[in-house]
Amino acid sequence: MIDVTLDHVSKRFGSVTGVEDVHIQIRPGEFFTFLGPSGCGKTTTLRMIAGFYYPSAGLIRFGSQDVTTLPPNKRNTSMVFQNYALFPHLTVFENIAFGLQVRKKPKAEIIEKVERAQEQVHLQGLGSRRIDQLSGGQQQRVALARALVIEPRILLLDEPLSNLDAKLREETRLEIKRLQLELGITTIYVTHDQAEAMAMSDRIMVMQEGVVQQIGSPEEIYNRPVNRFVASFIGETNLWDGIVESVDREEVAVRFAGDVVLRGLRKNCSPGCGLTAGAAVTASIRPESVRLIGSEGQPDHNVLAGKVALSEFTGVSVNYVTEVGSRQLKAMFVNEGRRVRQRGEEIHFYIPKEGVYFVG
Amino acid sequence: MKAELRPTAAPVSRRFSLSSSRYFVYILVAPLFLVLLAYVIYPMYQTFLESVKIDGQLSLANYARFFSLEHTANLEALWTSFYISVLSVICCGIVGVGMAFLLERYEFPGRKILSVLAMVPMALPPLIGVLSFTFLYGESGIIPRALKALLHLEQVPFSLKGIWGVVVVHTFTMYTYFYMTASAAIKGLDPSLEEAAASLGAGRLYIWRRVILPMLTPAIVASSLLVFMISMASYTAPLIFGIDRTMTMQIYLSRTNGSLDMAATQSTILSIVSILFLILMRWYQGVRNYQNLSKGVGVHRTEVKSVLGKYVSMVLSFIGVVILLLPILVLVLISFSEDGTWTVQILPPKYTVSHYVELFTDGKTWRPIANSFEMSLIATLGNIIFGVAAAYAMVRLKFKGKTLLDVLIMLPWALPGTVVGINLIAAFNQETIFSLNQILVGSFWILPLAYFVRHLPLVFRSTSAALMQMDSSVEEAARNLGATWWYSFRRVVFPMALGGILAGTLLALVQGIGEFVASILLFTPRTTPISVEIFQRMYAFEFGTACAYGVLQVMLIIIVLFITRKFTGDQAGTAV
Repeated sequence: MIDVTLDHVSKRFGSVTGVEDVHIQIRPGEFFTFLGPSGCGKTTTLRMIAGFYYPSAGLIRFGSQDVTTLPPNKRNTSMVFQNYALFPHLTVFENIAFGLQVRKKPKAEIIEKVERAQEQVHLQGLGSRRIDQLSGGQQQRVALARALVIEPRILLLDEPLSNLDAKLREETRLEIKRLQLELGITTIYVTHDQAEAMAMSDRIMVMQEGVVQQIGSPEEIYNRPVNRFVASFIGETNLWDGIVESVDREEVAVRFAGDVVLRGLRKNCSPGCGLTAGAAVTASIRPESVRLIGSEGQPDHNVLAGKVALSEFTGVSVNYVTEVGSRQLKAMFVNEGRRVRQRGEEIHFYIPKEGVYFVG
Repeated sequence: MKAELRPTAAPVSRRFSLSSSRYFVYILVAPLFLVLLAYVIYPMYQTFLESVKIDGQLSLANYARFFSLEHTANLEALWTSFYISVLSVICCGIVGVGMAFLLERYEFPGRKILSVLAMVPMALPPLIGVLSFTFLYGESGIIPRALKALLHLEQVPFSLKGIWGVVVVHTFTMYTYFYMTASAAIKGLDPSLEEAAASLGAGRLYIWRRVILPMLTPAIVASSLLVFMISMASYTAPLIFGIDRTMTMQIYLSRTNGSLDMAATQSTILSIVSILFLILMRWYQGVRNYQNLSKGVGVHRTEVKSVLGKYVSMVLSFIGVVILLLPILVLVLISFSEDGTWTVQILPPKYTVSHYVELFTDGKTWRPIANSFEMSLIATLGNIIFGVAAAYAMVRLKFKGKTLLDVLIMLPWALPGTVVGINLIAAFNQETIFSLNQILVGSFWILPLAYFVRHLPLVFRSTSAALMQMDSSVEEAARNLGATWWYSFRRVVFPMALGGILAGTLLALVQGIGEFVASILLFTPRTTPISVEIFQRMYAFEFGTACAYGVLQVMLIIIVLFITRKFTGDQAGTAV
């Protein structure tokens, strides 16, 4: 178990900036995820940790060791690639054994360790198979075994699930998490899939266009996004632009076009957000925080009337896209057997004050 | 709502017709087999017959003579051919794979121009290549003489001759086979494989040994077999460098000495070697290929960064460019020299443009050009008809004997030109039903036939490649949108295959125009083709005229390669 420090790391490719001033400390045994849309610099950052790129500025440390310009084969990190990068001319066994053979381990030890690794990823008895005789999921598990068998200091995973189908992805996700917890290995995971990141990570670093947006636990990132980008990239949300009407000790009232006023709590705001009367502000309303108004009586604030534009029944939930004035409001309700409203129907919502979050 | 599943109305009853019979396809492919039987199998069989028949009796006396330990000329020839081929494979492999690695994996000043010029040897017909090499590096060549004058030596410091001369020429003209396959393989190498190995702790050398070389092995083995085969068949280089003891030269000498039975024996033995290699190649191609396992990712080129490295690579690329271009430059230079004036000087002393003028105005010099074009055109026309029909049959029709058809078409490609020549002589120096009861040897038709047979696979291969690349769902889509079979063939299939057809056609045409090896065995004074004319002019010391013909050929090839590249999308040489 070892910690990884990126000390103000930047990477430029010619005149293009790939990554700008990343400063993080990843704790020993942590499952840490780089999350962002494609081209955000997450893979570049991972490749600098693996040693395939050297930073243009800044330092990378494993524990107290400076590894900034150490060649990849001296780092004892192992990587699982998006396309697995399995050696097509070697068998499953030979693929997994590769790293041990590099380290000139005795034969008996190699056989024992490879077999154990095969067991860990449920590939017993497939050792003599050729790579092209395996399914996608099996290939993925060979890649994982190959990376784990050398007992690396740090496990690097570059979108390892993106080539799998939905069901397999979920299984493998649990599998990776289980192995990581069992082995207690410091793991850095790159993905563009926010659901995957939320489910697996201890902490997430959200990136956009080479710049770190937010670092925090999945909860923090989801519930307290620091800006508009994070709010919209992580999960679904409704972003409404408005003007602060009044501020008191606890509450804020914001007026939106079409004479809609929503009240929220003053503490539910991102750091850079100025909540003074007359300031422009964006409200983020998660679809699941919207309530349907039922028989329990009408609250005196944050009540909206919408018209169903689209309804979706997924089994777990009912999702609506509604038109509230000229704006759109996405709302999600847990399926409790109530009637699904059809397109064109009038629908009344209530948004609790706690469900309104302000971003700058 | 549930629609009741009920069989729709019975299919429109088909009247019995010939075309719906499942044997109809055999009527369609029968002419293809007939052509192959007449002009490939029958001549081979006649040659074999010639070799085992003495005075009408079956006898193995010729083979006993071949393998006799008293007159070892033949065995020596077999051995020489063999080791020239092995040396050629080794040299071509080192040069070709080395070049591929340098040009695909490193970025240095001069890389771009070098990678364009790397394919130049493809544009040199064998005869022209050998000639310009002797002009350049031979005993009275420009470079050795220049060095001698420059360094005030008594003797030329080096010169290209004998077996090493053959090997050097082979290396220059054939390294491209290694270069093309190796650079395709390197391009197909997924860089993440190397990264994966590195992240598992493997160093540079270990990655080379365990990952890169094993991945390149299929490409290297395939090109080794190919170069070996072509070297075994090589005739021009031994001819010019005077190595009589090679198989091809022995066949030629036996034939010109009038002992057709010995020539036939030697041909049969060389055929067996070639066919064995063809089988080996096809078997190996079927074994394994790693290239397409992972999706193509751009290769990172390592940039040469140090100042010293930059200068060294610049100088080396310059030398490379010079070596690649010199043969053509020298050809052009000599084509402007006055015939008979160049004796002991370093460079030809007098220049003129008259050779080029004469090429097209003087009836005597124009004749071979007209001959070559005419004969090659006729042959190519045959190649198109046969090639397109065979390719369509191979790709789209279902019939038994496909593998046989494929092998039979590839056979003439594997057979050395000399052997094809002997086969045709053995078959058509008498009246046969396949030649409409004519004796073809000594007539105009024997050369077009030879070109047709030698270049049989070209149009076939390029067309079937184009047809195979075409997803059959494209045609289905056309049909689905309401097109008739004929409409979709005309508007979809044909235009999509046209590039392939044209590429093969041009290649066959230009190869026919430059054909030398079979021509020299079969030509008649009235049908002398360009290449034979070049050879004769050389021996009459009319270097200027000979080179002017050569330049014409090289230009034709360059034009064709260029057009082919346009049509087949940057894959010149796939049809070769």
